[in-house]
Amino acid sequence: MPTRLTDEPPAHLQLEESASFDRHIIHYIQRAAATGLYEIRGLGAKRRVPHFDDLVFLGASLSRYPLEGYREKCSSETVLGTRFAKRPVKLDIPITIAGMSFGALSANVKEALGRAATEMGTSTTTGDGGMTAEERRSSKTLVYQCLPSRYGFNPDDLRKADAIEVVIGQGAKPGGGGMLLGQKVSPRVAAMRTLPEGVDQRSASRHPDWTGPDDLAIKIKELREITDWQTPIYVKVGATRVFHDVKLAVHAGADVVVVDGMQGGTAATQWAFIEHVGIPSLAAVRQAVDALEDLNKKEEVQLIVSGGIRTGADVAKALALGADAVSIGQGVLVALGCNSNSYVQDGEQVSAAADYHKLGTAAGFCHHCQTGQCPVGVTTQDPILEQRLQPAVGARRVRNYLKTLNMELTMIARACGKQDVHHLEREDLVALTIEAAAIAGVPLAGTTWIPGRN
Amino acid sequence: MVSAMKEAVGRVAFDLKRQSVRDLNQFLHGDLSEVREVVVENPDGAHSLAVGVNAPVHVEICGHAGYYAAGMNKEATVQVRGNAGPGVAENMMSGHVEVGGFASGGAGASAHGGLLVIRGDAGLRCGISLKGADIVVGGDVGSFSAFMAQAGRMVVCGDAGDGLGDSLYEAVIYVRGKVRSLGADARLEPMKDEDHGAVRALLAAAGIAHSSAEFKRIASARALYHWNADANQTY
Repeated sequence: MPTRLTDEPPAHLQLEESASFDRHIIHYIQRAAATGLYEIRGLGAKRRVPHFDDLVFLGASLSRYPLEGYREKCSSETVLGTRFAKRPVKLDIPITIAGMSFGALSANVKEALGRAATEMGTSTTTGDGGMTAEERRSSKTLVYQCLPSRYGFNPDDLRKADAIEVVIGQGAKPGGGGMLLGQKVSPRVAAMRTLPEGVDQRSASRHPDWTGPDDLAIKIKELREITDWQTPIYVKVGATRVFHDVKLAVHAGADVVVVDGMQGGTAATQWAFIEHVGIPSLAAVRQAVDALEDLNKKEEVQLIVSGGIRTGADVAKALALGADAVSIGQGVLVALGCNSNSYVQDGEQVSAAADYHKLGTAAGFCHHCQTGQCPVGVTTQDPILEQRLQPAVGARRVRNYLKTLNMELTMIARACGKQDVHHLEREDLVALTIEAAAIAGVPLAGTTWIPGRN
Repeated sequence: MVSAMKEAVGRVAFDLKRQSVRDLNQFLHGDLSEVREVVVENPDGAHSLAVGVNAPVHVEICGHAGYYAAGMNKEATVQVRGNAGPGVAENMMSGHVEVGGFASGGAGASAHGGLLVIRGDAGLRCGISLKGADIVVGGDVGSFSAFMAQAGRMVVCGDAGDGLGDSLYEAVIYVRGKVRSLGADARLEPMKDEDHGAVRALLAAAGIAHSSAEFKRIASARALYHWNADANQTY
């Protein structure tokens, strides 16, 4: 008779788990052995890394004077692209929506993001797949990405853009190209990208018409010439050798540098890429600021930080460390309903639990964007599933989320005595861990010690 | 705004010894309804000449061009009477771009439409990420040409370097000379009647006289369209 398998082993057994070969690793090896394939999934890094959570603000007290939280004005206006562009981007809040493709997301979602961003006076961003009419119509301020693949890239949309973002890499996979598995390459997605329907689309990781920073400088000039020097040009890098990359982006003529840390999300990337390539956003922001200060360009070139920004406190900390704005992708998807147990159809809550189970997961754990079977209709091209996210509902939720973040941000700024969120400064922060103190270059709480600096 | 001399009705000359590339492009982005031809003298290898043109104007560049000549062109006919640097006619949407001499790397990169003719040789990665344009090269093309080319046609009257057509999608390549090596998933296919017709039409449009019978067809085997672990990383 075969041995019966049970979930709960009897108590008398010796169960000493290995730290090196814990159940996660055993599962990983056994999965690899069974399939011969690496795992591809969505979301960003799941493991714990030093993050903004490891910092706290020093609110005003006797030595600093606070603003009245509910009465005194605290500005969150943000201007991006003041260096060379004749028409800089002016935003009401320093919280922008990150580039996510039509393809990874449905047209409904792109429309919802545009509407929410417009209501909040901020920008949203296209992605690897071009600009949809829906998002251009719904977005007052739209950032148009120029990616290695150049899918759907064209001069008409370029001229319609409020800013251009030259994407060198993204935090979830610095050094890798985009990936959209066949199940999401619908007829419309395929047509926009000039690809056969249903192919597993693996984008290029290098731009087709330039190599290296000297070429990038010439490429940026070309984009400026095409747009008559009106449109700000951002350069986005995945966070790796941030200090050098930011300097090179500045030398290449960027108006704005976007640095995306390893917690940044993705719709589909190899697991090992997500978890093991790139550095955390906390490290990235500090190195980026150091690079700008080293070049004496901090006042001239703006810095946007993305990758794992979730709360108003995260935004405030990024700004205090020296960012001019942040960009949010995954958090915005969660606001739309990602990993929620239910979705809203015509005002009614409908359970999505069964569909999470079909994917082999549950709300709160799902990272199956790559399948295109998003139970709440966010990361899908399926004509039935995409109806689960109604643009008006999505737009309201994202607006509420961004509004909450901005209220938290200004609340913290006032508590630190600032009339403008951009006045938050490094001296307002201390770290709770030695790691975070060393990485962010702020003192360990209760000490004057900045490991590695004094 | 433009101090260019209108020598005859509809003809405007820019001398880049005295005027800037910015002046030239700003003029080309304006109202060109009265302009038939724009002549660019003393280009001296400047970058971004005649980029983002969006009108059926004729632009003649009297000398060598630097990077990205006629980049993102729509409708215009741009002639380079010399050599062109990297990325000539990159992301062209329509129109006609002709290089009298040689073209450097990435010629016609990601071009969606129109015709690019290069009378001399083209460097590395000619037609990379091609998205529907046609390219005719009178001479040879360098290695990794038509890498990830998605749609469109490329006619090479000379030889091709290594890795031709690597990771091709639906673009088709016709080569008259030798191919040093094919890239992953590219394969030789028999020339059918429509291939002969296509080559003849493209050669005629480029004004190059060869027999279509001398060309071979290279297209995608479509084995990489779906991600396959059993390919053992051969791509």
